[in-house]
Amino acid sequence: MEAVNQRAKELLEKGEIKAVLGYAKGTGHVRRPHFARKAGQVDQLVLDAACLQNLAVYVTKHEVKKLGKVAVIALPATQRAILQLMAERQLRDGELVILAVDGEAVKELDSAAALEEHLALKAQGLDAKDKALLAELDAMSREQRWVYWQNELSRCMKCYACRNSCPMCYCGTCTMDCNRPQWVPVASHGIGNLEYHAVRTMHLAGRCVECGECGRACPVGIPVHLLTFAAEESIHEQFGQRAGAKAKLDYALSTFKTDDKESFIR
Amino acid sequence: MSEKNIYLPYLMRIAEITEESPAVKTFRLEFVDEIAAQSFDFKTGQFGLYSAFGEGESTFCIASSPTRKGYIECTFREVGRVTAALADKEVGDIVGFRGPYGNVFPLEDWKGKNLVFIAGGIALPPLRSVIWNCLDLRDWFQDITVVYGARSVKDLVYKRELKEWSERPDMKLVTTVDPGGETPDWQGKIGFIPPVVEQLGLAAENTVAIVCGPPIMIKLTLPVLEKLGFPPERIFTTLENRMKCGVGKCGRCNTGSSYVCKDGPVYTLAELNELPAEY
Amino acid sequence: MANTYNLSHESLNSLFGALRKDGRRIMAPVEAGGRTELAEVETPAQVASDYLQTILSAKEVAFPKVERLLSYTIAPGQVDLKDTEPKAVPTVLFGVRPCEAKAFGALDAVFNWDYRDKFFNARIEQLAVIGLSCTKADEACFCTSVGGGPADATGSDILLTPKEGGYLAEVCTEKGAAILNLAPDLFKPGNGVDKAAITAKVEQAFDQPALTTKLPGIFESEVWTDQALRCIGCGACAFVCPTCVCFDIQEEADPKKGERLRCWDSCGFHLFTLHASGHNPREVQGARWRQRVYHKFSYYPERYDMLGCVGCGKCTRACPVDMNLKEHLIEAAGVKA
Repeated sequence: MEAVNQRAKELLEKGEIKAVLGYAKGTGHVRRPHFARKAGQVDQLVLDAACLQNLAVYVTKHEVKKLGKVAVIALPATQRAILQLMAERQLRDGELVILAVDGEAVKELDSAAALEEHLALKAQGLDAKDKALLAELDAMSREQRWVYWQNELSRCMKCYACRNSCPMCYCGTCTMDCNRPQWVPVASHGIGNLEYHAVRTMHLAGRCVECGECGRACPVGIPVHLLTFAAEESIHEQFGQRAGAKAKLDYALSTFKTDDKESFIR
Repeated sequence: MSEKNIYLPYLMRIAEITEESPAVKTFRLEFVDEIAAQSFDFKTGQFGLYSAFGEGESTFCIASSPTRKGYIECTFREVGRVTAALADKEVGDIVGFRGPYGNVFPLEDWKGKNLVFIAGGIALPPLRSVIWNCLDLRDWFQDITVVYGARSVKDLVYKRELKEWSERPDMKLVTTVDPGGETPDWQGKIGFIPPVVEQLGLAAENTVAIVCGPPIMIKLTLPVLEKLGFPPERIFTTLENRMKCGVGKCGRCNTGSSYVCKDGPVYTLAELNELPAEY
Repeated sequence: MANTYNLSHESLNSLFGALRKDGRRIMAPVEAGGRTELAEVETPAQVASDYLQTILSAKEVAFPKVERLLSYTIAPGQVDLKDTEPKAVPTVLFGVRPCEAKAFGALDAVFNWDYRDKFFNARIEQLAVIGLSCTKADEACFCTSVGGGPADATGSDILLTPKEGGYLAEVCTEKGAAILNLAPDLFKPGNGVDKAAITAKVEQAFDQPALTTKLPGIFESEVWTDQALRCIGCGACAFVCPTCVCFDIQEEADPKKGERLRCWDSCGFHLFTLHASGHNPREVQGARWRQRVYHKFSYYPERYDMLGCVGCGKCTRACPVDMNLKEHLIEAAGVKA
């Protein structure tokens, strides 16, 4: 942490960046995202096991871009999300300083190519708990799964914490906010909730970096991350790709390849 | 015992549709229910929520004068889901109306004064109601001047009425279009509203100014009026914040502690100066 | 003035029985999948035994997240409107925290300050609140800074305060007396108990009158933009809030019939004030965060002579990015108690 903070301070002092985005102590044991905009505020930044949030959600925001160049203290999930954003041309090389933190090591990166190379060294995988939950869901019959999700989604109130906490949900106008036509009902009733989560899942299939932020963000504890995880794992199985791994966009669901499987055509 | 449902609209039949300008229409609406027609009353400046059943409600002022009984009129531009659905309606179709809501232009206070109405683009409808109201009470007031500007000649609304107003000896109408928006036979002025107002040489003394238009027009016109000597208490405008309920509940139109739907939509500049600029 | 009684733990069974026999639904906090949420219960055993607060507030019993306002059928040249009668089931809210009980007053202020909202009123009429004083609090709590307290009886028809062997029961209203009369034998004459000694200690964190006085002068301050930099603009805070009352009206229809629904909404959403023209009076998240703060601590006092916040801390607990309301109010206005 000291090395990161030291570097962040230097960058701020030299005026190379306008803010450092990292984590600070929050309520109780919670760690919250924090923008240090003066060298003196860098000391408030902390980095420990309680730092969970994917900070990449901020880097496409109008309010944050307005600050000027930002350095991001990027844990692996944040790194993957930034790489995916770059592949989707939401960020340019050099637009951010990425202080990639992996355990004790810190690397300063600023391009998609560098991120790709850096991430290639690491295995990406779901944690044991989520793996077990996915396996549990997988073992269910369709009917059981339907009942499970109906039950879980009945708590949804469409606060959109899952969408708004997701780095990949950067669209200026979300399908949910579009009313000409009204694709999905606004109301948080059975069909409104189901359609929202179905659309969210499909829009993230092949783009989800599996950080689990949406699930953590949900105030009523719906494991919504399992939806996008399942879609992402399925893409990986079918097409051998993972989001947040490549600098060049190769989006499975919109790219035709002659060796694509056609087993779904019956 | 149950209370009245404040969200239930009147049913209105479209009696007449006027195409004002591209994508702008005026509906004349008559009450389906006779009793509602008899008991309905409103004052100039008030607004309502108009329903296109199947799509929702949209908020506009009542564009007709309360002195014209038996109907109300609204003028709207097709910009969103509800206005697009309204624009598809035909004479005889049923729409909904909730209202009248909000406060009113204080005509009584304006007695004996000169009136200057300044409107830009689609913002003439809110002023049309009060202009006709004042013309129908002509002897209450001194000089009446209307300054109306639009981007181009085809964007001017109420063309028939503009002609009528231009021919009336008891009022003065000044129309203007943005440079480049004129046609070869255009008789009015060419230029933006603020300089046109400045050039008119209006006397601020004993005069009330009523301004309505897009935010940028209002922003640039107010300094001109202040320069001419209009005190903020004698400059009126009407706000069009987004609304859902119209009855002081849904919170959407809140500007500071003011509910535009209840304390507005009519405000003096003096009142607006006390509110955050969130409109 | 409240009449004070003793209510034993064991007598709750009979009380629940009497309430149900009277045709009332009992809603209470229950444990479900590691969360505490409000649900219908039949016996006291189903009620969560040791909880801080529910995630969502109790407002949904009077102001549900979705409800129908009207319906209609459409035929060429004809629309038939149908009024909706709200489903108002006689309900007892049991075990609700004092902050939430108090919050119904803030909802009532908006729903009835001018026009009367029959949907809210029909449910409130059928609602009785049996509050339960808090024996613990967390870092998000700040009821004592906004005029409430862990054993405040405001808004409760009966307030229970846990004590040795049962509860101290304060019967505060006619609705409370009506409940007492369903099972008068259960309510034993009670002696004065020092409530402060047995309930949670919530230190006053800030000087609210000073805050309310200061807010108009710091409207343009950069502090709101700074604090809101990390706000992601979701509606979690508003939706869990017991006093947030803002709503949307949505149409759902097919070519032949439709209905108009009221749905919870939030001033934190950029869509909330967005005009069809594209103009947005609150363009940036800083302005939207400020609106939330001002509505509760400046506009509510000005308009309704009360606060739009009860200090329950639900927003802080629900926020995915830890926007701590108490802390930010203190930071913005420098009003630490």
